[in-house]
Amino acid sequence: MSRLPFYLLVGLLFLVGVAMSLHRHYQLEVPWTPGEQRQVWEVEAQVNFTALGDPALVEMALPSTQEGFRLLTEHTASPGYGLSYLEEQGARRAQWSIREATGPQQLYYTAQVLVAPDSRPPRIETPPVRRDIVWERPYDTAASQVIERAWSRSADPYTFARELFQDFSDERQGENARLLLTQFERTPLLVRLLNQAGVPAREVNGLLLEDGRRRQSLTRWIQVFDDQQWALFDPATGEQGRPDNLLLWEASGQAVLEVQGGTNSRVTFSMLSRNQPAAAAVRNQLAEDTLLNFSIHSLPLEEQSLFQTILLIPIGALVVVVLRILVGIKTSGTFMPVLIALAFIQTSLATGLIGFLLVVAVGLVIRGYLSYLNLLLVARVTAVIITVIGIISLFSVLAYRFGLNAGLTITFFPMIILSWTIERMSILWEEEGPKEVLIQGGGSLVTAVLAYLAMNNPWVRHITFNFLGVQLILMALILLIGNYTGYRLLELRRFKPVTED
Amino acid sequence: MREWTTPGKLRARGIIGMNRRNIRYIGRYNSRRLYPLVDDKLQTKLLAERFGITTPALIGTVTTQFGVKHIADLLAGHDGFVIKPAKGSGGKGILVIDHVEGSDFVKPSGMHMSLSDVERHVSNILSGLYSLGGAPDVALIEALINFDESLSEYTYEGVPDIRVIVFRGYPVMAMMRLSTAASDGKANLHQGAVGVGLDIATGTAVRGVQFDRTRHDHPDTGHELASLAIPDWPTLLRLAAGCYEMTGLGYLGTDMVLDRDRGPMLLELNARPGLAIQMANGEGLRRRLDLVEKQPEGVPPEERVAFAREHFARRSELESATPA
Repeated sequence: MSRLPFYLLVGLLFLVGVAMSLHRHYQLEVPWTPGEQRQVWEVEAQVNFTALGDPALVEMALPSTQEGFRLLTEHTASPGYGLSYLEEQGARRAQWSIREATGPQQLYYTAQVLVAPDSRPPRIETPPVRRDIVWERPYDTAASQVIERAWSRSADPYTFARELFQDFSDERQGENARLLLTQFERTPLLVRLLNQAGVPAREVNGLLLEDGRRRQSLTRWIQVFDDQQWALFDPATGEQGRPDNLLLWEASGQAVLEVQGGTNSRVTFSMLSRNQPAAAAVRNQLAEDTLLNFSIHSLPLEEQSLFQTILLIPIGALVVVVLRILVGIKTSGTFMPVLIALAFIQTSLATGLIGFLLVVAVGLVIRGYLSYLNLLLVARVTAVIITVIGIISLFSVLAYRFGLNAGLTITFFPMIILSWTIERMSILWEEEGPKEVLIQGGGSLVTAVLAYLAMNNPWVRHITFNFLGVQLILMALILLIGNYTGYRLLELRRFKPVTED
Repeated sequence: MREWTTPGKLRARGIIGMNRRNIRYIGRYNSRRLYPLVDDKLQTKLLAERFGITTPALIGTVTTQFGVKHIADLLAGHDGFVIKPAKGSGGKGILVIDHVEGSDFVKPSGMHMSLSDVERHVSNILSGLYSLGGAPDVALIEALINFDESLSEYTYEGVPDIRVIVFRGYPVMAMMRLSTAASDGKANLHQGAVGVGLDIATGTAVRGVQFDRTRHDHPDTGHELASLAIPDWPTLLRLAAGCYEMTGLGYLGTDMVLDRDRGPMLLELNARPGLAIQMANGEGLRRRLDLVEKQPEGVPPEERVAFAREHFARRSELESATPA
């Protein structure tokens, strides 16, 4: 009988689990630890224009997930306007439309942007170099001289751009540069010169994020391409590189705002930064309904918190599996300790332990009396259930009277499980004596406490809730342990006498 | 660390652990669909009759709570008897009545029980208190075994029984379980009964343990164990080996008793026999099981017994240790 299919299955489960977890970590930015704080920017764009009483069409560029930032959610406020999102050449745009509008108009767009240092830029196609550039005299000579000068002192597109921009910077402005600047705006001029030299480049607009700023406008940057790569340059200084707080708003060389049927249009930005726990940032993630992103985080919040507990059960069960198969601890009822541990999570450990011992001890005494009544089994266990409910109610009232609010959480104990535990312990006591009750009861409690410690660990809670792939890894692990034919830890003690002499 | 040993030493002794027993032997050789045959003692008994394997005489069965009221009629005229749940496990719920004194029933320990105590016990059995998973059960009432007097000095109260592990029909290891005061007349090792490993070839004692620690005499009677020899040993092995054909279970624990008049009898079968037998024999099962696994299928019981007696012979460890 070959075990190969078994190991293949285990390996497959393990690999799929690891892959799913890595995908969630790297693709969706879910952190490995729960404590991590993430910075989220709330950016609001306000579009103002004066409508002329005719149909109006407003088109504005929108930011996308990019290097350093991940777009979480977006909202618009534009009463009376029709709204649609367009996608053109990889760039997102919002289009507002209205049949008739007069006077000042205001449209709002808000985006939540997560600071994500690992976010990778989407692939950008290199734009074609514009060949149709025509200069008038005497600018043609000035332009070619500027290009020639920068070209001779550079090695590749980036260094060329840098040299060119420096020639236009305030300190080193030559005569040619000054002449050109009298006729052209700086940024379009620089793009035009780059293109003439055969270097693909375009103008993009970005927002410099600063906490609490209002009425900001976009800044202009020049994007220079070299093969598949690109770099940003500040047209004013010629400095290369993207500042960490620069959010590219429009990155495809189109207009940021286009208004038809209105005048005096402009767009201003206000922004706010806040830190929030990574888990909350994850929750705000735009839910993309693909199979790989399948996640319980798309459920309503109430169901999510239910799942948070359900997903912990395999961890508790793993503790039981390890303690029973690898260590050899005896418990009363296979998975009873897991249920007790779940109750401990609600009650806190100390209260839970005291409550459990109290209920079981009092229950055992009363069960001892019940055994004299000569009842049928089901009826007797039912009587024990009612007794347990009575004990729990009594303890709750007593705890409340004495001002011990922690005592009230005792109601979280699974009463039917407790009743069966009492019944089993009682029979065990009659048949095998108090020693065996201590061994099995103690084993159950130790297992429950260990399961509680594992399940209540913040990191474990974070991992099981946010990485469903972990369930597959647990499955693979448990299948492997189920295949273990070696000795249990306690057997090393049990069989010790055989190895003597 | 003196209480502990290493896996390497256990492996060298061929000791089998719980996990290996479960996966490698029970999981592989015991088909689950055959379990009811051994988990239900009534079925085992009826099956044994068909295969000509002797079992203790059946006085009667109680199947309904209504029937509990008529138990007195059933017991009338029987001086000693045993009441057991058909689906009990680990010796739970077995009530032994040694004799009757007036209206009282007396256990081997001398404890007296009234008729209503007995009725309550039977009622508990029926409602599933002692059965696996708490399922409703049937109570069996069997005649008390008149056990062989030659063995009486080796035991305290209860009847000593002989556990033989039968693997693929080969008796691979055997031990006798002697009840003690500590075990309350029960023959369960974890409750304090003495386990005596038996030589498969001759049926004589090789080693004794109580509470997993070596013993050379019986704790209550003080009788040394070295001279213990089971009468009618080949018949007993032949009966045990026959249980393989009877049940089809490859890894089987057979519990046998010796009756004064009827010889070796099958008491019950166990599809998940414990590992304490290794302690009683001071030897692991591994080597013997490996050897049996190499044997072909379809060998008749007599040849299997002969093979086992030839290959699994052991010298006693007790002789030298006990002064004559």
